[in-house]
Amino acid sequence: MTTPRLSIEALSAISLRDGDRPILRRVALSVGTGEVHGLVGESGAGKSTIAKAILGIIPSQVKVTSGRIGFEGRDLLSLSAGELRAVLGRDIALVPQDPSTALNPSRRIDVQMTDGLRLKRGLSVKAARIRARALLEEVQIRDPERVLASYPHQLSGGMRQRVLIAAAFALEPKLVIADEPTTALDVTVQKQILRLIRSLQERHGTSMLFVSHDLGVVAKICDRVTVLYMGKVVEQGATAEVLASPRHAYTRALLAANPRYDRPDTGLEPTPPEVIAALRAEIAAFDANAGAGAGDG
Amino acid sequence: MDTGPQPPSVAARLARDPKVVCAGGFILFLIVLAIAAPLIAPKDPLAQNLLMTTVSPAGFTDAEPGFLLGTDGLGRDVLSRVIFGTRVSLTVAFVAAGLACLIGSLLGLLAGFLGNVVDALISRLVDIWMAFPPVLLSILLVALLGTGLHSVITAIVVIDWTRFCRVVRTETMGQAQMDYVVAARTIGFARPAILFREIFPNVLPVLIALLTLEMGIAVVVEAILSFVGLSVSSDTPTWGGMIAEGRQIVHEAWWVLAAPLAALFATVVAFNQLGDGLARSLDPVLRR
Repeated sequence: MTTPRLSIEALSAISLRDGDRPILRRVALSVGTGEVHGLVGESGAGKSTIAKAILGIIPSQVKVTSGRIGFEGRDLLSLSAGELRAVLGRDIALVPQDPSTALNPSRRIDVQMTDGLRLKRGLSVKAARIRARALLEEVQIRDPERVLASYPHQLSGGMRQRVLIAAAFALEPKLVIADEPTTALDVTVQKQILRLIRSLQERHGTSMLFVSHDLGVVAKICDRVTVLYMGKVVEQGATAEVLASPRHAYTRALLAANPRYDRPDTGLEPTPPEVIAALRAEIAAFDANAGAGAGDG
Repeated sequence: MDTGPQPPSVAARLARDPKVVCAGGFILFLIVLAIAAPLIAPKDPLAQNLLMTTVSPAGFTDAEPGFLLGTDGLGRDVLSRVIFGTRVSLTVAFVAAGLACLIGSLLGLLAGFLGNVVDALISRLVDIWMAFPPVLLSILLVALLGTGLHSVITAIVVIDWTRFCRVVRTETMGQAQMDYVVAARTIGFARPAILFREIFPNVLPVLIALLTLEMGIAVVVEAILSFVGLSVSSDTPTWGGMIAEGRQIVHEAWWVLAAPLAALFATVVAFNQLGDGLARSLDPVLRR
């Protein structure tokens, strides 16, 4: 088996502000070359923390206590700030969650899109602009010249997200982190954006970590999926398998919580309290074990 | 949705804002007056004429031809003195406000962006600084430094940099939290690049608006210092000095007080309106 592009091993993190509450519990997951890996869980499950850890933008109140984020044979956690900056943008890129705040309101799109191309690829202003134009065409923007000359607020949310996707793929990164890229969008636009992300990913052979709380979205786009609860991996496997025959009660509950348009009267069940209780017990036992293990070492 | 007219340039937007056009036009007019004062002023502002004291402005009884705004207690032409007075006022407005802006906003950017110890140090300094009553502090400073234009400017800079520092710090902190700054970090930008390329352009509109407001304040502070005799020497006409002289003879010759007062008032209003208009026109989110 070939080594995966990204392999996270035993990643643990705590929240310093919250009485050292664990927010990641020995998370392990790997993203193969050209694979789209879904990271699912409810709010606070630690999905975003994982994404931020990879990108080196962990907030100051969160501390990674152990683990390894392997990318191309190097541990991203042990890189210096300068080394990480060299990897980011060039090899790893982010498609952010909220397109309304992820673009700088006072800089025009062309300047923002060509930043990375000039900084990381050393392209001239002119060459970078030509490349930016081509990228916008690739994300199916009909009027690239006008979009390039616009300020972010002059574009719709879907348009801005397309710009951000184009910018993320601009440097041909090996790994794209998509942090709930469709959450802030209209449902009608969501579908187009998902299709776009998937087609770009396939065309470029990019590996992708797709963070989402929506199993429906994950089902459409991901090859494999990891389900998180309170920072612990609950279930992991091929998307089709996990969704068709979930092994864990929590995954089943998550699936039941998804609205079904064909059967509007069913579904939308809250997670049953006994499932939550069982999960919490499981996690408490895990923590006790880890504590004992740490004591041994 | 995705097609429409090309976005108007910032200059075009400014040109459409009546506040910016009127107030900016007036200040431009003042700048021309200040630079070309010797050419424009009808008389020598220092020439006394003791046979022509307290002549009324044109249109009133006792008016004399050639003295449009009348003369003061020493027979000096009020109009010429008001015109020459723009020189001191505008010099103070631009130099003092500019320097205060430079120092204050640099410290504010650093405090807001670096946070932690740097922020704590700068913020405490500002707090302590602002605890002093500004007018008293400026009088004290000028008394220490000696009178003269440079000490007036120093006094204003020393006192008013805190205004810029506070606002810029808060604004920088807010911008630093924004997703686009995080996004810039994930492209691998170094910190100075993020501060000056990503954050500073978003702080700039507030800064420019604040700068014009500060110019209005500087004009008033200079007038106050002139009024109490702590600004430039009395052989240079200033609005504050004229107001002080006019106050003593206001019952015989109200125009000696009224003319510089009106000039001061109009100038400060113009600076404030310009600041207001610029704040609106430069704000990227409101730009439409």
